[in-house]
Amino acid sequence: MTTVPVNMTKKPEPHETYVHGHHWRSAEDEKDAAKLGMWLFLGTEALMFSGFFCAYAVFRMLYFDTWHESSKYYLNWKIGGFNTLVLLISSFTIVQAIRGAQLGRKMMAFWYLAATNVCALTFLVVKLGWEYLPKIQKGELPGGFFTYGHGPAGTTHDQVFLGIYWVATATHGLHVLIGVFIIGWCMIRTMKGHFGPKNYMFLENTGLYWHIVDIIWIFLFPMLYLVG
Amino acid sequence: MSADHDVSFLKPVGDYGQGGVFSAQWWRGFTTDFWRWATTLDHKKIGVMYLCATLFAFFLGGVAALMLRAELFEPTITQQVTDAAGNVVTKTTGELFPGWQSTQGTVTTNNFYNRLFSLHGTLMVFLFIIPAVPAAFGNIFLPIMIGAKDVAFPRLNLMSWYIYLFGGIFAVYSLIAGGVETGWTFYTPYSTSTQWGSVTSMVLGAFILGFSSILTGMNFIVTVHKLRAPGMGWFDMPLFVWAAYATSIIQVLATPVLAITLLMIVFERTFRVGVFDPALGGDPVLFQHFFWFYSHPAVYIMIVPAFGIVSELIAVHCHKRLFGYKAIAFSSIGIAAVSFLIWGHHMFTAESPAANVIFSALTFLVGLPTAIKVFNWVATMYKASITWNTPMLYAMSFLFNFTIGGLTGPPLAVLSTDIHLHDTYFVVAHFHYVMMGGSVIAVLGALHHWWPKFTGKMYNDKAARWMAVLVFVGFNITFFTQFFLGTHGMPRRYATYVPEFTHLHQISTIGSWVLAVGLFGHLLIFAQSLVGGRPAGRNPWGGLTLEWYTDSPPIEHNFPHEPMLTHGPYDYDLVVPPGWDPADYPLPDPETVRKAHGH
Repeated sequence: MTTVPVNMTKKPEPHETYVHGHHWRSAEDEKDAAKLGMWLFLGTEALMFSGFFCAYAVFRMLYFDTWHESSKYYLNWKIGGFNTLVLLISSFTIVQAIRGAQLGRKMMAFWYLAATNVCALTFLVVKLGWEYLPKIQKGELPGGFFTYGHGPAGTTHDQVFLGIYWVATATHGLHVLIGVFIIGWCMIRTMKGHFGPKNYMFLENTGLYWHIVDIIWIFLFPMLYLVG
Repeated sequence: MSADHDVSFLKPVGDYGQGGVFSAQWWRGFTTDFWRWATTLDHKKIGVMYLCATLFAFFLGGVAALMLRAELFEPTITQQVTDAAGNVVTKTTGELFPGWQSTQGTVTTNNFYNRLFSLHGTLMVFLFIIPAVPAAFGNIFLPIMIGAKDVAFPRLNLMSWYIYLFGGIFAVYSLIAGGVETGWTFYTPYSTSTQWGSVTSMVLGAFILGFSSILTGMNFIVTVHKLRAPGMGWFDMPLFVWAAYATSIIQVLATPVLAITLLMIVFERTFRVGVFDPALGGDPVLFQHFFWFYSHPAVYIMIVPAFGIVSELIAVHCHKRLFGYKAIAFSSIGIAAVSFLIWGHHMFTAESPAANVIFSALTFLVGLPTAIKVFNWVATMYKASITWNTPMLYAMSFLFNFTIGGLTGPPLAVLSTDIHLHDTYFVVAHFHYVMMGGSVIAVLGALHHWWPKFTGKMYNDKAARWMAVLVFVGFNITFFTQFFLGTHGMPRRYATYVPEFTHLHQISTIGSWVLAVGLFGHLLIFAQSLVGGRPAGRNPWGGLTLEWYTDSPPIEHNFPHEPMLTHGPYDYDLVVPPGWDPADYPLPDPETVRKAHGH
């Protein structure tokens, strides 16, 4: 039997020598706990956005015509639809990245993460360049800053519709932006070899976070863009 | 495991030189220890830091309350009088803070009063009661009580402490920069339109503090699920852990809604979004719904952990198996569930009659789980050998005050009486009986119960008993009079009143001084204990839960070995408490116990 010289053995990657936290009985327990904690966090995210959904529902009831007309008038469903598609693709790519880590294929994980971030950035660029900027130029701003003048006929409270549109999509956009940084961090950690078949919890939790960001958009899109 | 893990978590490790902490090089050791505490992942240290910070907030809020009571000692009366020279002049008496100067110019007594009660409310709610029990006592004791080395996510725990500090800085900045006059409820449209003070930074502060609360709640839920010691099933957990678990659920589910509500106020003030602003077509009542959807459950964030504390106090100091363990445990969860359905009772004068009837009916439901708890505690005390020490006195004080606080709830839940009582001192007295007479009294009980455990020192129990009596008497003088004031029609949040109310207000103010003396006495007793208290030993009270198995103060990793549970938390009739001599603790005949419990 030939022995491999010490200096020629492959240095183990960090995920192969991972040691779980001292207060856990096993790495398995630690993983379960991280996942449970993440699901609780997803619950808080859903509840936080529920405030917007609730406000939306109340005002839709109060000013039904405004909601109906403003949605058609101020928002372009094609832009929103494109962004929806982009986010759906990114959901697929991040799952593939997790799969890459599970299979121990570092580059697969890395490139799928990169694809996810490209989608996320596309979403933000489209949002800013094709929606926010023209709206700011035209004065289609929330509440007290609304200076657009003449909205569609029969509407009375366009500024409240736009108020909810702005705060809900901006808060969602902020979540996308935070996601870009977290996924970027995941890319760095992937290259450092932190994720492997037995240790991909951080990546999986990032995926869960990314999914809730998508799901919130899946609700925001029809509510804001399609009800008209 | 290195040797320093086997010593007390409070022991300084820095190099203080020959003269100890008073040497010329004290700062060297101090920087080491300060950095060790500031970056610690140890749940006990984080808990102790929370405890200090929350008690400091309690002190600030308490000073504000004393100032409020002092202003109300005399009514403000402005009248025309003839002075010595024979001129008719306008004279105002009874104002405590005339012509107060602030960064935004001269403030009238009324303005100053408004700021004081807003300061009192925000500090007490967001910086003291909400974090005091879960974040302070929960952090120190929850992991030890379930036999864990730490909480599930120690880094997150440290982060939530820094978020708390950061939010606290925002709050204190807002107070220095002019304060707020909105009350702690930030009702719109006043909070979105007022130019006075610093509502935006105060609201942001409360928003940030909410995150700290959410993270602590998440941490505890996962800790309870995943880190219980081997052999500890759900029904072997101490009731404090059950209560902390129920509280955490409320924190995680309710606080995000507050976060978005407060964020919308900030948006409203900066971007004029218009959701809550009636001038733009918004709906201020929507704010009230959002706000109370969080803040009603938040009331139970404040009181449910207190229930857990009282369960521990009564079981340990009665040396008796708790009556109705499962009933108490499930009633905590029941309260958490019902708490989400009754927010509308804060708006009986602002919503539709149909909604009122529903919310009124649901509000009565909350009385059931609470009454179950009180009856079980009283049943536990029946024929028990009670030790009348300070923690037990506080448990009794809690039962008395909380029952009054609870029973004055139904008059407010009944629509016809609430129309007369809402926004009067009756409401003020009612929630102070629950929040102060309940939660704060329980916090004081917990401090006296666990002080020997986490400091390792005994305090002067005789002196503390006298102070407990002073606190009880002072509290009741202060707030019982307010029930009369309220039923006679004294509205809340006014800096002055008609002269007919003078006597009752003066009694109430004098009561607040008695209360202050009692609390200050406790502070002195604790200070004396830290300096010269005798060592407490492992188990001064004879408790059976896991925290009494470890050293006082606990070692860095809580237990030398992972504890293995061999008995229930309240098996006082089966087990001699750890560290106690069986000769001093005669157990009943096992056969009698078996018959009594049917197992």
